[in-house]
Amino acid sequence: MTKLRRSMLFVPGNNPGMMSDAHIYGSDALMFDLEDSVTLREKDAARLLVYHALRTIHYGDCERVVRVNPLNTPYGKADIEAMVAAGAEVIRLPKTETAQDIFDTEAEIERAERKFGIPVGQTRMMAAIEGALGVVNAYAIATASPRLIAIALGAEDYCANLKTTRSLDGSELFYARGAIIVAARAAGIDAIDTVFSDVNNEDQLIRETQAIKQLGFDGKSVINPRQIKPVHRVFTPKQQEIVKANRILAASREAAERGSGVVALDGKMIDRPVVLRAERTLEMAYASRAVFEEDET
Amino acid sequence: MKITAPASAGTMESGDILIEIEPCEQREVEVVLKSSVANEFGKQIVSTIRSAVEEFGLESAVINAVDKGALDCTIRARVFAACQRATGTSEFDWGKRV
Amino acid sequence: MTRDQEFYSALSALDQTAYVPGANPRLNEKDPAPLKNRMARENKIVESLEKAVELSGLQDGMTISFHHHFRDGDHIVNLVMDTLARMGFRDLRLAPSSLSDVHAPLIAHIKNGVISHIETSGCRGELAKAVSRGLMDEPMVFRSHGGRAAAIEEDEIHIDVAFLGASSCDPFGNANGYSREGEEKSMCGSLGYARVDAQYADCVIVLTDNIVGYPNVPFGISQRLVDYIVCVDDVGDASKIMTGATRFSTNPHDLMIAEATSNVIVHSGYFYDGFSIQTGSGGASLAVTRFLREAMLEKNIRASFALGGITGAMVKLLEEGLVSRLLDVQSFDLDAAQSLKNNRFHQQIDANYYANPYRRGAAVNQLDVVVLSALEVDTSFNVNVLTGSDGMIRGAVGGHPDTAAGASLRNRRLPAHARAYAERARSREHRGHPRRHGGCARDRSGYRGESAQARGRGATRKSAPEGHAHRGTRAQSRAHHRQTRPAAIWQQDRRHLHLS
Repeated sequence: MTKLRRSMLFVPGNNPGMMSDAHIYGSDALMFDLEDSVTLREKDAARLLVYHALRTIHYGDCERVVRVNPLNTPYGKADIEAMVAAGAEVIRLPKTETAQDIFDTEAEIERAERKFGIPVGQTRMMAAIEGALGVVNAYAIATASPRLIAIALGAEDYCANLKTTRSLDGSELFYARGAIIVAARAAGIDAIDTVFSDVNNEDQLIRETQAIKQLGFDGKSVINPRQIKPVHRVFTPKQQEIVKANRILAASREAAERGSGVVALDGKMIDRPVVLRAERTLEMAYASRAVFEEDET
Repeated sequence: MKITAPASAGTMESGDILIEIEPCEQREVEVVLKSSVANEFGKQIVSTIRSAVEEFGLESAVINAVDKGALDCTIRARVFAACQRATGTSEFDWGKRV
Repeated sequence: MTRDQEFYSALSALDQTAYVPGANPRLNEKDPAPLKNRMARENKIVESLEKAVELSGLQDGMTISFHHHFRDGDHIVNLVMDTLARMGFRDLRLAPSSLSDVHAPLIAHIKNGVISHIETSGCRGELAKAVSRGLMDEPMVFRSHGGRAAAIEEDEIHIDVAFLGASSCDPFGNANGYSREGEEKSMCGSLGYARVDAQYADCVIVLTDNIVGYPNVPFGISQRLVDYIVCVDDVGDASKIMTGATRFSTNPHDLMIAEATSNVIVHSGYFYDGFSIQTGSGGASLAVTRFLREAMLEKNIRASFALGGITGAMVKLLEEGLVSRLLDVQSFDLDAAQSLKNNRFHQQIDANYYANPYRRGAAVNQLDVVVLSALEVDTSFNVNVLTGSDGMIRGAVGGHPDTAAGASLRNRRLPAHARAYAERARSREHRGHPRRHGGCARDRSGYRGESAQARGRGATRKSAPEGHAHRGTRAQSRAHHRQTRPAAIWQQDRRHLHLS
C-alpha cells in the first residue's frame, strides 16, 4: 500500500495545547517543529515537550515527523538525540544545501539509534530545500541516504535567498518545484510542496494544490487544520478517474491473458505509461479510501 | 543538584502549565497549585509534579504551578525544563524508560 | 372572579336589562374625544412601578414571574426586585423563565428574606454558585421550558404577578420584542416564554422603555392579557441582549464536530424532503447548519420547518427557501429578531405551543432532528446540561429534555409523571382556566355538545359519556384513551395522549 503524504500538518513544538490533539484532524502526517516556530529561549522547553508528547500520546495513523534545528546550531545535536529516543518516525532537516548535510545528520541519527537500542535505519529522514544551493544539489541530496523518504520545498527562505518575493501565481517557485520533483522521482522518493499561508483563502489554496499536483508532487504542507480537507480532495482521485483506471487495468489484464502486447480500450491503443498511471490512481484510491465500484468491462 | 537561580517554564495558554521553581530552605519539595480543575485533578497534578522533580534529582524546591488544563506529559516536560533552567544543566537522559 | 369573568357577566347582565332611554348609563355615555386624546387620558400606563405593584395586590408569599428574553442584558428582574425589597415585601416566590449572570444581586435579596423560593429553567454566575453552596433554605427547582409552561398552564405554578419587559408597548398593552416606531433600544425578537406568563398570571405588568402608538400590531402579547404598564428608562442593555448574527465558529474542533454531526444527520434516514430540525445556539451548532445547508443544496432537500431557538443562520435558510417556516420561541440574535418582525413565515410561538410535555401536538414532537450541546455525557448517553463536573450549577435545562424527548432521532417517551397527571386530570371535572380559551362559558358548553354527535364519531368509537371525564382503572383507561373524546374543557389538540 502506498504511504500517503498528501498533507503534513505543521505543529509548533512549544504549544502543548495543539500537540495534544493534532491527530484528530485527519492529516496524513504531522510535523512537530523545533526550528523556526520556536524562539531561541524556548528551544530547550520545546524539545522536552515534543519528546514527552511523542512518547505518551497516540497519534493514530499520522506519520510523526519532527523538524530539528540544523547541526550548525547549538540545538541540533540534542534535538536529534531526543527525537530519535522519543521514537519520531521521520527527522526533517531544514535548509538542506548539500549531500554532506545529509551525511552529517545521518551519522548523528545512527549514533543515537545505537545509543538507545533502536534498530539502525528505523528512523527515516526528510530534507527541506530552502535555498538556491539546495535546488542546485537536489538530486545529490535526494540520493544521499537510503533513509530519505521525501524532499520538500520551503518557499519563504528560498524566495529570500533568491532576493524576490512570493506571489500568488508562484512563478518565482517554478524552477525550484521542477527541480525538486524531478530529483525526487529520479531518486524514487516523494516530493512535498511548501505551505500556503493565507488560511482564509481556500480557493487559492485549492488552485495552488491542483497546480503542484499536476507538476507531480505527492503532497503539501499545511499550517491550519482547515486546509487539510481541501488538500485531500485535490489529491484523491475522482470517481470518473477511478472508473476509468479500472477499465484500463481490466483491458491490460485481458491483453496479457490473450498473450498480446497491445492493450486496447474503446478502439484506442493504451500505452504502458497510461497503464502505470492507472495503477497509481487505484493505489491512491485504495489508500485514501475513496469509495468505488468495480466496473464490468 | 542545587538550584542556582529561580526559573520558570511554560505559559498560561490553554493546555499548558506554568511552572516557577525557587530554592527552598528546608529539604523538601513544596508544590503550590492553582488550577480550574483543582477539585477533580489537583492531587494527581501535584503528584505528577513531585515525581518529575524527584526523577530529575532535586530534593529541595518550591514550585508554584498555574495549570490551564495540561496533560501529564506536558506537566512533566515543563517541570523538567524549569528544573534544567534553575540548575543550569542541559543534560537529560533521553533513553530512560519511564 | 377574574377580569374576563367580570366582563362577561356584566355583558350578560346587560342583555337582561331592558332598554330604557336615558336610564342605561353605558349606552348613553358616548365619548366624543378623538382617539389620541382618549388614549392619553385613559390607558393602562401607571405612573410608577411602585404604584403598579400596589394596584396588583401583591402580598408577601405570592409568586412573581419574569421572562429571560433579554438574557445577559436584562434590567427588569433586578429593577423589580430592588423595588419590591424597598417596599418591604418578603418571602416572595420567584418563577422566572431563566436566570443568568446579571442576576447576581438576587443573592442579597435571598439573604434578606425578600425571596424564599425560586423555580427556573436555568441559573448562572455568582447566583448559581451561591445557591450551589447552600444559600437557599428551599431547594431551587429546575424545569425545562416545556415543563415550566405546562406547570403554569396546569396551575402547579400559580403566578400572581408577572413582570414582563417589552421592547415596545402601546398604551393598552399590545407588546412586542421589537419596535416599529420610536427608538428601538432593546430588541429581543420573540416573546415566546413571556406569552405563557401573560396568559396565566393573575396580574400582568408590562415594563417598557418605548411606548408606541395604538395599536402595536402584530402583537407578541395581546392587550387583553395586560393589566398595567410601567415606563422605565431601560429594559435592558442592548449590547448584551443580542448582537448581530452569531458568528460561525472557526475553531477547528467545533468545525470537526459540526461536520460529523451533519454527516450523522444526512445518513440517519431522517434527512428527506420536508424534514424538520432544531439546532442550539452555540458556535458548533451554527456550524452544523452550515454543513447541513450544503447537503440540502446538493440533494435538493428542503426542511418543512425549523424550531427554536432561532438564529441568523436559520433565517438565512428561510430566506433562501431551504426551510419553509420558522417557529420561534426565542430569538438568539438580531438577524432572527428582524426576521421575526418582518417575515410572516417566521412565526412567534409560546412555550406551550413549543414544548408542553402533555400536548401531543407540541412543536417539539414534530421534530425529526434536534442538535443539542451539553456539559457532560456518559457512556449510556445520559446528558447533563445543568452542572459542571464540580457539581456547581452553571447552565440551564432549557429545552433540552423537551426536544430530546420529542425528536424522532431519540426514543419517544412520555415521562412517567405525565401519566399520573392525566389520571388526576381526568378525575377532575370542569377544571378549566378562564383565560385559556378567552371565550365565554356558553361557547364551552356548545363545544362539548358538539363533540360526540355532530362530528359523527360517536358511533364508531367508544366515546366518553357526555360531559363527564372518563374514570376507570389505569389499564382500562389506557385502552380507552385513544378513542375517548376528551371532555370539552381541554384544548383542541390535547387528543390521544400517547401512553407508551
